[in-house]
Amino acid sequence: MADTVKLVVLGLVALLAAIAANRARDFPFQLHMLMFMVAAGGLFLATLRRTGEPRPAPARAEYMDGPVRAGVIATALWGVVGFLVGVWIAAQLAWPGLNFHWAEGYLNFGRLRQLHTSAVIFAFGGNALIATSLYVVQRTSAARLWGGNAAWFVFWGYNFFIVLAATGYVLGVTQSKEYAEPEWYVDLWLTIVWVTYLAVFMGTIIHRRERHIYVANWFYLAFIVTIAMLHLVNNAALPVSVFGSKSVIVWPGVQDAMIQWWYGHNAVGFFLTAGFLGMMYYFIPKQVERPVYSYKLSIIHFWALIFLYIWAGPHHLHYTALPDWAATLGMVFSVMLWMPSWGGMINGLMTLSGAWDKIRTDPIVRMMVVSVGFYGMSTFEGPMMSIRAVNALSHYTDWTIGHVHSGALGWNGMITFGALYFLVPRLWRRERLYSLALVSWHFWLATIGIVLYAAAMWVTGIMEGLMWREVDAQGYLVNAFADTVAAKHPMYVVRALGGLLYLSGACIMCWNLWKTVTATGARRPAPAAVPAE
Amino acid sequence: MPAWWLWTFYATIAFALVYVVLYPAWPMVTRATGGVLGWSTRADVAAEIARFEAANEPMFARLLATDPAAVAADEDLHRFAVAAGAAIFRAQCSQCHGAGAAGVQASGFPNLLDDEWLWGGTTDAIVTTVTHGIRNETDPDARYSQMPAFGEELDAEEIEDLVAQVRALSHQSHDAARAAAGAALFETNCAACHGAAGEGSRDLGAPVLANAIWLYGGSEAAIRQTITFSRWGVMPAFGARLREAEIRAVALYVHQLGGGE
Ligand code: HEC
Ligand code: HEC
Repeated sequence: MADTVKLVVLGLVALLAAIAANRARDFPFQLHMLMFMVAAGGLFLATLRRTGEPRPAPARAEYMDGPVRAGVIATALWGVVGFLVGVWIAAQLAWPGLNFHWAEGYLNFGRLRQLHTSAVIFAFGGNALIATSLYVVQRTSAARLWGGNAAWFVFWGYNFFIVLAATGYVLGVTQSKEYAEPEWYVDLWLTIVWVTYLAVFMGTIIHRRERHIYVANWFYLAFIVTIAMLHLVNNAALPVSVFGSKSVIVWPGVQDAMIQWWYGHNAVGFFLTAGFLGMMYYFIPKQVERPVYSYKLSIIHFWALIFLYIWAGPHHLHYTALPDWAATLGMVFSVMLWMPSWGGMINGLMTLSGAWDKIRTDPIVRMMVVSVGFYGMSTFEGPMMSIRAVNALSHYTDWTIGHVHSGALGWNGMITFGALYFLVPRLWRRERLYSLALVSWHFWLATIGIVLYAAAMWVTGIMEGLMWREVDAQGYLVNAFADTVAAKHPMYVVRALGGLLYLSGACIMCWNLWKTVTATGARRPAPAAVPAE
Repeated sequence: MPAWWLWTFYATIAFALVYVVLYPAWPMVTRATGGVLGWSTRADVAAEIARFEAANEPMFARLLATDPAAVAADEDLHRFAVAAGAAIFRAQCSQCHGAGAAGVQASGFPNLLDDEWLWGGTTDAIVTTVTHGIRNETDPDARYSQMPAFGEELDAEEIEDLVAQVRALSHQSHDAARAAAGAALFETNCAACHGAAGEGSRDLGAPVLANAIWLYGGSEAAIRQTITFSRWGVMPAFGARLREAEIRAVALYVHQLGGGE
């Protein structure tokens, strides 16, 4: 019965995709529909061949770690891809000649920039969040993932979304909204995947065998629910044709800008902050082997963060067509966000109390601690940059890029690396990591890379902000825009170098994890679904 | 839970409450609260602009009262005008003509440092060019002329002959036989604008072809491209974007770069 439904759905999808590909108005749409057709058609055949075969009953007593393992692999690989593209576009900014003439319209900076941001945020970060959340929710609920193979659908569906988005960017498909570039049909696909993800996560929590819902799950849940809401509102669009990739956003003018930054800022707030705090709340206590410092703090800062973050978006639109009152509210909510954000940092750091020596002895703990440190730094910097007078200098400059990267490379990257180092031996049942020395190498390369990156961007950002606003005695601007670009060149080289160090750290990690998995030798026993692991 | 955490949190909330009273903040039915300071971003910028304008006003009034050609004689005024003009140039013109005003040949943005002029290099001529622009659709008085796209009228052979003739006029290597054939074609098709010996015409903005200075390029490929498709270089009109005094200032700046007449 289930197989029949599956066959009908897959057959229908393949057929509709074939029709859409045939009538496509533009090449990227046609390519994407062919991809849908091949994927659905392939699954159709696979399902058909297996109908009627007896299936082993799912091992209810065991955790479902297949999708988590796949997610861990995807995280590591997408990470390297995303960092590589980042290093490349940093080099393109430093040496514009790298925007090769023959690749114009495909591999120039304008096309690769969103490929980089989406690859690191959604492919690397997103896979990390999905994989760790599915791991954590099972352990802390003492329950197997709800929904059977739905978790596999989430993994493959999400990564299919990433491939659609990435190929689209290179071919020029974008709705020109930062961090929400994919067009309407890709958005619809992501919606289906995301709702399934929510169902799997919620279903597991509902079937939990622990009375208590651990705080990490609160953060993960806030992330999943809010991203769904942001995604739907910001991407409200009318396709020009159902057989074409182009669509028109329904929001007009400044409302569109407002909604875009409501989305954009909360992508930072709920994807890169709340979701990763969920990770932090599980993996730091586990790696340090201490309980969370203050449970009360975690609850208070959770609700404060959720309540305040959602209003902070307008600080991206200071001194624009957005009315002053909206900008003011965005600013004051951002300032009030400072302490709720720091609640997470305090809880992360203080969990180490009594075990501070681990920073010296355990490079994974060191990574996590530095991650939380960068988190604290960027969540102080953010509220500061939201203040109108500071923003007047920092806006549109590289300072913003530096701010984002101290958060992204420092906080999101490092906590993810820590989680991967924690997870891989456990997921593949190895006694230990292949090499802790290599983790140390990774740690130092990444840390120096971030420092070079952030310092370079602070310098260029403040320099170009000052150069832009410099006026002579008669009130005229002193510098041409091109002068500021020329002045930034040395720092752009430093930035690219920082990125290169960070990338090489990630490559070392991949090697280390690979050797861990392929190592022969002592094995851990399979974990049973025991309460509160 | 650390007490300092809680108290700092309260402090930021207190800051927020005070701030929203002082500055525009709460949307009401028809308009938002203006804040007790009566501050707004737009008023802030307007005040700053007004301050500089008030300070510059006497000099600008003098600039407007003086015939552009005579400004050079008034040393103070000239220094003021060139400084203001340089700043305007950086903000308004450098993206096309280059920060150093040396132009961008590949895109047909002329070099403004030399004494070769398409439309004229006196201060008055430059003021006219900047005020009305060239071949734009916004200003009916824009400087205008149109070289036909000869690819539609002549065949490929004839165009090759013309390329050779233009190369000959500019004393570059060329195929002599082709140039001889091209000379006649040049006489009938091109001389009306570019002059019989390629000396150009400022009334039509037709470049001199008999020297080594090029707007688009003197290679065979560039000349072939120009003749086949023509070019249609456009410069925006600044009459509505800059004030009269500012236009004069930037014209005086361009004039003293080296090629002014
Ligand atoms: C959008 C690009 C653009 C901008 C901006 C621009 N120009 Fe031009 N300018 C051109 C082009 C193209 C030409 C040549 C058009 C032609 O083929 O005749 C030109 C021609 C000129 C000429 C005539 C040169 C000659 O040989 O006669 C002068 C003078 C000039 N520009 C000055 C300025 C000044 C001053 C500014 C700033 C206020 C300015 N331009 C801004 C594109 C631009
Ligand atoms: C109606 C007047 C007119 C006629 C006729 C004309 N031109 Fe032009 N030509 C121009 C103008 C104006 C330009 C400047 C290009 C622009 O910005 O559109 C120009 C530019 C050129 C250039 C580029 C010069 C440089 O410095 O890069 C070449 C070469 C040229 N013409 C050759 C020819 C030839 C050869 C013919 C005859 C087949 C011809 N033109 C006929 C007006 C004319």
